Amino acid sequence: MSDVLELSAARAAELVRARELSPGELVSTYRERAERDDLGAFLWLPDEPPAGDDGAATPSDAPLGGVPVAVKDIFCVEGTPTTAASRILAGYLPPYTATAVERLASAGAPMLGKTNMDEFAMGSSNENSAYGSVRNPWDRERVPGGSSGGSAAAVAAGLAPWSIGTDTGGSIRQPAALCGLVGLKPTYGAVSRYGMIAFASSFDQCGPIARDVTDAALLFGALVAGGRDPCDATSIDLPEAVELPTAERLDGMRVGVVPELSEAAAIEPGVKDVFGAALGRIEELGGAVEEVSLPHSEHGLSAYYVLAPAEASANLARYDGVRFGLRAEEGDLLSLYERTRAEGFGPEVKRRIMLGTYALSSGYYEAYYGRAQRVRTKIAEDFAAAFERVDVVVTPTSPSAAFRLGERTDDPLAMYMADYCTVPMSLAGLPAISIPAGLSDGLPIGFQITGRAFSESRILAAAYALERAIDFDLAPARRAPGFARAEVAAR
Amino acid sequence: MTTITVADRHYEPVIGLEIHVQLKTRTKMFCGCALSFGEEANTRTCPVCLGHPGTLPVPNAEAIHFALMIGLALECRLAPRSIFHRKNYFYPDLPKGYQISQYDIPLWGHGRLGDVRIHRVHLEEDAAKLVHAGGSGRIHGAEASEVDFNRGGTPLVEIVTEPDLTAPEQAGEWLRLLRATLKRLGVSDVNMEEGSVRCDANVSIRPAGTADLGTKTELKNMNSFRFLERGIAAEIARQEGILHNDGEVVQETLHYDPATGALTPLRSKEEAHDYRYFPEPDLVPLVPTVEMLNRARAALPELPAARAERFERELALPPETARLLAFRSELADYFEAALAAGGADGAAPLDPRALASWVTVELVARVGEGDPAESRVEPEALGELVGMVSARSISGSAAKEVLDTLAAEGGRPAAIVEQRGLGLAAADELEAIVDRAIEQNADAVEKVRAGTGKAMGAIVGAVMRETKGRADGGEVQRMVRERLGLG
Repeated sequence: MSDVLELSAARAAELVRARELSPGELVSTYRERAERDDLGAFLWLPDEPPAGDDGAATPSDAPLGGVPVAVKDIFCVEGTPTTAASRILAGYLPPYTATAVERLASAGAPMLGKTNMDEFAMGSSNENSAYGSVRNPWDRERVPGGSSGGSAAAVAAGLAPWSIGTDTGGSIRQPAALCGLVGLKPTYGAVSRYGMIAFASSFDQCGPIARDVTDAALLFGALVAGGRDPCDATSIDLPEAVELPTAERLDGMRVGVVPELSEAAAIEPGVKDVFGAALGRIEELGGAVEEVSLPHSEHGLSAYYVLAPAEASANLARYDGVRFGLRAEEGDLLSLYERTRAEGFGPEVKRRIMLGTYALSSGYYEAYYGRAQRVRTKIAEDFAAAFERVDVVVTPTSPSAAFRLGERTDDPLAMYMADYCTVPMSLAGLPAISIPAGLSDGLPIGFQITGRAFSESRILAAAYALERAIDFDLAPARRAPGFARAEVAAR
Repeated sequence: MTTITVADRHYEPVIGLEIHVQLKTRTKMFCGCALSFGEEANTRTCPVCLGHPGTLPVPNAEAIHFALMIGLALECRLAPRSIFHRKNYFYPDLPKGYQISQYDIPLWGHGRLGDVRIHRVHLEEDAAKLVHAGGSGRIHGAEASEVDFNRGGTPLVEIVTEPDLTAPEQAGEWLRLLRATLKRLGVSDVNMEEGSVRCDANVSIRPAGTADLGTKTELKNMNSFRFLERGIAAEIARQEGILHNDGEVVQETLHYDPATGALTPLRSKEEAHDYRYFPEPDLVPLVPTVEMLNRARAALPELPAARAERFERELALPPETARLLAFRSELADYFEAALAAGGADGAAPLDPRALASWVTVELVARVGEGDPAESRVEPEALGELVGMVSARSISGSAAKEVLDTLAAEGGRPAAIVEQRGLGLAAADELEAIVDRAIEQNADAVEKVRAGTGKAMGAIVGAVMRETKGRADGGEVQRMVRERLGLG
């Protein structure tokens, strides 16, 4: 294992800019490891590794220093296979590149490769990928979480320095938690969605998955540096520039604990223990912990699983076999549609299209979509009331540590429970970050910090101080690639 | 809806119109593609209007500006915060699987144009164009269908009227006013044949004098004023036939075939009833600012209805003539140019009524439906000609002959009159000719004296023959009566 792997992305970028590390070496180290990926984390690597030659001026002077980034396969990249882990997009080569990917490239983070995910970001275990599951590097019999499972597993295992994922109901935060990483879901509208394949448009946000808070802040800063994207009508300028966190104390910070989300029966005891210990750290750092209620948050999951599928049912209508992607050749129009979609979509995607179509149907709209929208408003109001009293709200990120592969695949409701603690923030469009807070039975447990809209710098600062105090060790996950394959062969 | 089965069997039609107007913006509604005017298929497309994964719509500011102008022109009430919705249905002409439209909160409501109330005005995007090969040219029986996405995403404004129209001709007349208004605004090409204006009609009939509405049917896409009027008339007749036979009108969508006059129910996408509308999450609500409204208001020209009223009020034109001019802006522009040019040099000011009559009858007969400004007859020339008629220096029939020449070759009336000797005979010459005609038509003179007015024709005819038409019939009559002491 090269020393390069021990460097955080921010530190590596710093060394490159100081001409103490060659971007070429950096890129080739990760490229080599990504090529030997045995977790199923990557779906695609370029034929040529991204340019990172010593002579190239750009990476050495750019803010991200040529540190390559793994990109969830939900981002369109011109001429590069982009599938959203669905059969229906097999062979699809987008004619354009997503704003997020373009911004990272111009900030000096070339794309290392495309990572695995749940099909169309629908899932919490990465087991809904049409191209196979992803293994959690902490325990290869367990899931990495989802839907950005490949992006998380790749970073945790040291196959990529950092990555971007997307979060609709928890798809960055939950896999980050299950893989012992930092994952930031920005405020809705902060990062451009242009070129990000839509699951549920009013929720989807792109954000960083990284080894530590500083890396996450650096990558997030690059994602929003260009300001509002004219190609995304819902994108907004951040009110202030993203600052890299430095404060090591939390003096004066009012921290709200939400009983509905930290004491619910669904939260495993091991998670509660780690969460409680982290609250203790916060107090040691000078933070004032108090209880705040989000009374409607327990309905968050129900509302989310009406609204997100409703939007998805429309977003996924374009996959009809007429213009791109899979086409089941059939005689007439209706069977072209039916066969293409029957063959192209996996079972979870079909389930959500059905759910969403039903929820929007005439006669049911008010009872489902309309009602869920009202719950969404209530939850946003709950948060607004909480932020009258506290600066940040903290909860566990996931009710459980990484579960076993196959454990929940036959029980969609058990799978949906994985989003219990992350969905309320998504409904309210608020920024939330998950950081590793400790281990339970050798598996990482995430701690979620949520702030007011566009308060990313504040939650990053809180996360940074807490991270320093916790001093989580990610190294156990960073084993040599090929390990599992050899292990399986030996059995 | 109740069925109408009444004894007296007198029905009145109730007609409402839904008009889709393609806006003449530089680019499409939600992407940067230029609008298409008959380019090669699928050359005006991009990832956004092809509905590629990950693409997002961005509203066109110019389209919003035009839609604001239209709402102001139709005296509508603005929704301070209108919402875009997704209208979901599967069809190859709809790349995203939904159309972005407006639903429960349209941009504008509650307006009026002429004597028809406007129900709503909203913004949406056009579908792509399906080209059906083989069969009848419609989708049924076609061998293959090709999709041309050039049209897909063109900005549309949909205008829905209240059911305030009661006759096919009235519907046609009102649609002409709407078209003139939109053309005057400069927001659309308003060409029905080319589909830049498309009109659907909702038609029902009810017992005369009652207020209930009967079951309505929807007539789709009638692509000319004539077809619109004929289609509505045919549908009214069909519904009357059904009710006279104690049948029940079924709510359905019908296609009118102008060639056969047949009305056939449409199948295909119209059968999908549930569009599952929901707010478009990729767009924020449309909230026009005061600046946007001021800019739209400042861009409004004088509108046809106001222009017609001004022609009546200031120029004393008959209402019918005023509308004929104002509802065809190019005709009104021409009329005003000719009026401004005045008659011949030094002559009395032109009589607007005479000029209007010459423009709407004689000129239109010679230059057709096109813009008269593009004909060979210059407005100044027509003004001069009408001035000569008013000054009695040329007869009406001679003037028509001159106009024929102007329409064919251009030029100035004075020169043509001079060249052809079409000027009226001088007074002393005419007096001699009249005296001679009285002498030579003693029989007719007797009859005129005896009160048989018809006999005057023979005397006037003789004068006209003698002068080769260079006399004014009315003037000749007056002279004959004077000579005969009948004054």
